[in-house]
Amino acid sequence: MTSWGIIQQSLPMFEKGFVLTLWLSFIGIIGSILVGLICSLLQYFKVPIFHQIATVYVEISRNTPLLIQLFFLYYAFPVIGIKFSAQLCGIIGLIFLGGSYMAEGFTGGFNGVSKGQLESGKAIGLSRWQLARYVVFPQGFSLSVPAMAANVIFLIKETSIFTVIAIPELTNTALDLIGMYYRSNEYLFVLVVAYAIILIPLSAILTLLEKRVRYGSFGN
Amino acid sequence: MADQILQVEHLEKYYQKRHVLYDINFSVAKGEVVTLLGPSGSGKSTLIRCLNGLEPYQKGTITFEDQQVDPTEKNWQQIRQKIGMVFQSYDLFPNLTVIDNIMLGPTKVQKQSADAARAEAIQLLQRVGLEDYADAYPRMLSGGQKQRIAIVRALALHPDFMLFDEVTASLDPEMVRGVLNIIKDLAETDNMTMIVVTHEMNFAQEIADRVLFLENGKILEQTPSKQFFAKPQTDRAQEFLDSMDF
Repeated sequence: MTSWGIIQQSLPMFEKGFVLTLWLSFIGIIGSILVGLICSLLQYFKVPIFHQIATVYVEISRNTPLLIQLFFLYYAFPVIGIKFSAQLCGIIGLIFLGGSYMAEGFTGGFNGVSKGQLESGKAIGLSRWQLARYVVFPQGFSLSVPAMAANVIFLIKETSIFTVIAIPELTNTALDLIGMYYRSNEYLFVLVVAYAIILIPLSAILTLLEKRVRYGSFGN
Repeated sequence: MADQILQVEHLEKYYQKRHVLYDINFSVAKGEVVTLLGPSGSGKSTLIRCLNGLEPYQKGTITFEDQQVDPTEKNWQQIRQKIGMVFQSYDLFPNLTVIDNIMLGPTKVQKQSADAARAEAIQLLQRVGLEDYADAYPRMLSGGQKQRIAIVRALALHPDFMLFDEVTASLDPEMVRGVLNIIKDLAETDNMTMIVVTHEMNFAQEIADRVLFLENGKILEQTPSKQFFAKPQTDRAQEFLDSMDF
């Protein structure tokens, strides 16, 4: 069969993988943003105990590979009686990893708000909470958009590791097909194109978004 | 004394081990304009920042409107509504429009209604000639315009007392006059009590009732303005005046 024929034949399977990759990424990114937001707020307000827990979590999560985190969820947890489906393991793992990256991004944004801004907020009598609500968060979020955009792209690419716990996303689909039919060139080509279809337009949209929110950084 | 609005007694300030303010004593009467003069690094800005709690101090007391300040963040937060402060770097909030910058304090801190706060903000903007910029963002304004808005933002809280920390130091020369005129108008028309840190000697001379001359963290002299600019009490202050080009 011609290469083109091989590719055409595989497309329905890749389509399923494509949809699954998108879906898992979407859930993972939303979850990561939520977890990251919660952790960065706990750290910002220095909520007793919880902010230390958040810090420990961020350190563990950032300093271990997703691969190992997934093995842990998939193979080690069942030993102590906790068993998740492969897809749930993937989502939990991705959120566990992404949460800390997002938290660091938000924290970086909050810390990036200048001392002068904080002082002029204090000078008009704003409380700590009001200062956060009206000055630090709006500016901090726009400062953290570039980091968030990088994390979104990063997390989508990280879903390719899900193949090790046999989630039939894009990479897993390609590796499966290669294993069955030994046509690595064709399948890898489709795989690369599939990721590019997701990531290149997304990256362009995110760049646009970064431009739109940049007001936060050059006010004065 | 009943008409003292601010009294500072035996104030000492350290940055870690570095002693930066030594035994500062002075008071400011209601309606009085005091300028802080002195060479760079003499502690003028540090002192003025102590007066609304932006810098902690280690010893001494600040008494504001006959109440000795217990210097906790929470107390300062209450007091700051009554002490307007304007900074060298303007620091308008870039995420808010001009009018929202001005209304933030009145509506959130003092819980005024949005309509009342807006009406007053517009009035204040008219006073500084910037009513057309109410809905602009700070990034669209020039330095001089931003600084005038920053003054309005402080005034919107009806402070009893204003602190100006080198407010014209980062402005282009042609912008300086407009900002200084507003401060002067505040002193003359509103009889506002203020402490002004400045390097504009002409302006200091025009506006000040009294000069505090600082060097190396100490107040070397406190002299009525006329006398200070005619003949200061200390040689060091004379040297300082001679070195200034005005």
